[in-house]
Amino acid sequence: MAKIKYIEHNGKEHIVEVQNGLTVMEGAVQNDIPGIDADCGGGMSCATCHVYVKEDWYEKLPKKEMGEDDMLDQSYEPKSNSRLSCQIMVSDDLDGLSVFLPEKQV
Amino acid sequence: MIKTDVVIVGAGPTGLFCAHQLGIIGLQCEIVDNLDKIGGQCIELYPDKPIYDIPAVPECTGEELTNNLIEQIKPFKFNFHLNDRVQELTNENDNWVVKTTNGKEFHTPNVVIAGGVGSFEPRKFPTKSAEKFDGTSVLYSIKDKTIFKDKSVAIFGGGDSALDWAIELSNTSKVSLIHRREEFRGAPSSVQKIKELSEKNVINLFTKYSIKDVKGNGSLEEVEIKSEEGESKILKADYVLGFFGLIMQLGPIAEWGLNLDKKVIPVNTENFETNKKGIFAIGDICTYPGKLKLILSGFHEGALAARGCFKYARPKEKYRFEFTTASNTIKDRLGVK
Repeated sequence: MAKIKYIEHNGKEHIVEVQNGLTVMEGAVQNDIPGIDADCGGGMSCATCHVYVKEDWYEKLPKKEMGEDDMLDQSYEPKSNSRLSCQIMVSDDLDGLSVFLPEKQV
Repeated sequence: MIKTDVVIVGAGPTGLFCAHQLGIIGLQCEIVDNLDKIGGQCIELYPDKPIYDIPAVPECTGEELTNNLIEQIKPFKFNFHLNDRVQELTNENDNWVVKTTNGKEFHTPNVVIAGGVGSFEPRKFPTKSAEKFDGTSVLYSIKDKTIFKDKSVAIFGGGDSALDWAIELSNTSKVSLIHRREEFRGAPSSVQKIKELSEKNVINLFTKYSIKDVKGNGSLEEVEIKSEEGESKILKADYVLGFFGLIMQLGPIAEWGLNLDKKVIPVNTENFETNKKGIFAIGDICTYPGKLKLILSGFHEGALAARGCFKYARPKEKYRFEFTTASNTIKDRLGVK
C-alpha cells in the first residue's frame, strides 16, 4: 500500500492510498481523479495517462521499459520527467510519491 | 443518398462482428470509419501485439484478428466508407439521416455506434498560435508534397512519418527536424539516413527541443523552439509539420443527444440500445453495470444489437433464431453449400 499524491494542473491535490500491484494510472482511475484518461486501459498503446514525476522520485522509480518513451513522444507536452502512469507499478516503496498531471491528455 | 438497414459507426473488431451478425440474419449494413483502414484500435494501436483472450484463439495479433474478421464478413459484400466520419444524426419519420464529413448521406432505421474511444485524429501542437495556421501552413499530414518545393519546412516528431518526410522533402526543401529527445523511434535505416543528412548539413537536426511558438504576419514566417532548460531558437519556416501520432477524440458523437457518462454511452443489456430509439452502442464506447472492455464482450454486444436492429428494419417480420450449423437460409447467405 502506498499513499500517492496526484496534483492536477490547477494545483488541486488528491492523496489516495493505492494497493500494491495496481498501477499509478489505476489508482487515479479507481478514485475518479480527473486528468488521467487512460484510453487504452493500460496497454502502453496510447499516451493519455501521462504524468510528470517529481524530480527526486523520478530517479527512484524503476526505469522505463522499451516502448514507453516512444509513446511519450506522442503525449501532450512531454518533458524529461514524463512517465506513463500505467507503467508505474505501486509497491510499499512508492509511499509518498507525487505526480503532476499535465494540462490535458489529448 | 444510400438506403440501408443499419449504419455501423466504427470498423474495429466490434463493428466488424456486428456486421457479421447482421449479415447472418439477413440485414444490410454500411460501415463508416475515420481511419484509412479497417480494424480500429487493433490495427492502429497494436497491430503486432499478441492478444490472448479471444475465445478459442489462444494467441493472435491485432492485425490477424482484423484480417480474420474481414474474411468472415466477406460473403456479405458490405460497403466500407473509410477516411470518413459520421458528423450528423437527425431523425426523420422514425428513420435516421446520417451525414458524413465527406458529404455522404444514409437513410436507415438503425445506427450502431461501435466507435471505441472515439475517432482517431492527429495530435496537434499545444501552442495556441499554431491554430491560426492550422490547415494552411501548420499541417499534420501531407496531401500534396509539391507545395514544399524550395520552401523552409520545420518537421516535428521522432517516428517514421517525421523521419520519412524529412528525408523525402530534403531533396527539394530546406528541412529542419526537431525532436524532444535524442533517440528516434523510426526505423533504424531512416535514423541512420537522418544522421548522414544532418552531418552533410542537408537537414538541420535539433534534438531535445520542442515547439514554443509560430509567428508570421498573414503567412507563417518562423517557428520558435525551446529546450527544456528554457533556451530558445528561432528557425525560418514557411511550413511547420507535426507528426505526433494519433489520439482518440469522442468528436461529433457527443452532439447527437445521447446520454453520456463521461466519454461512454449508457445502454440497456437486452439489445444495447441507447436512450434514442434505433441507436445502439457496443464495444468500448458503451457502458452498463458490469461492463468489461474486452473484445469478446464487444462481440456479444454486437450479436444482440443486431437482433435489436432487426425489429426496426423488418417491422412486419418476426425474427427467428437459427444456428449457422443447421440453417439453409444462413448457408445461402454465406454462400456455402
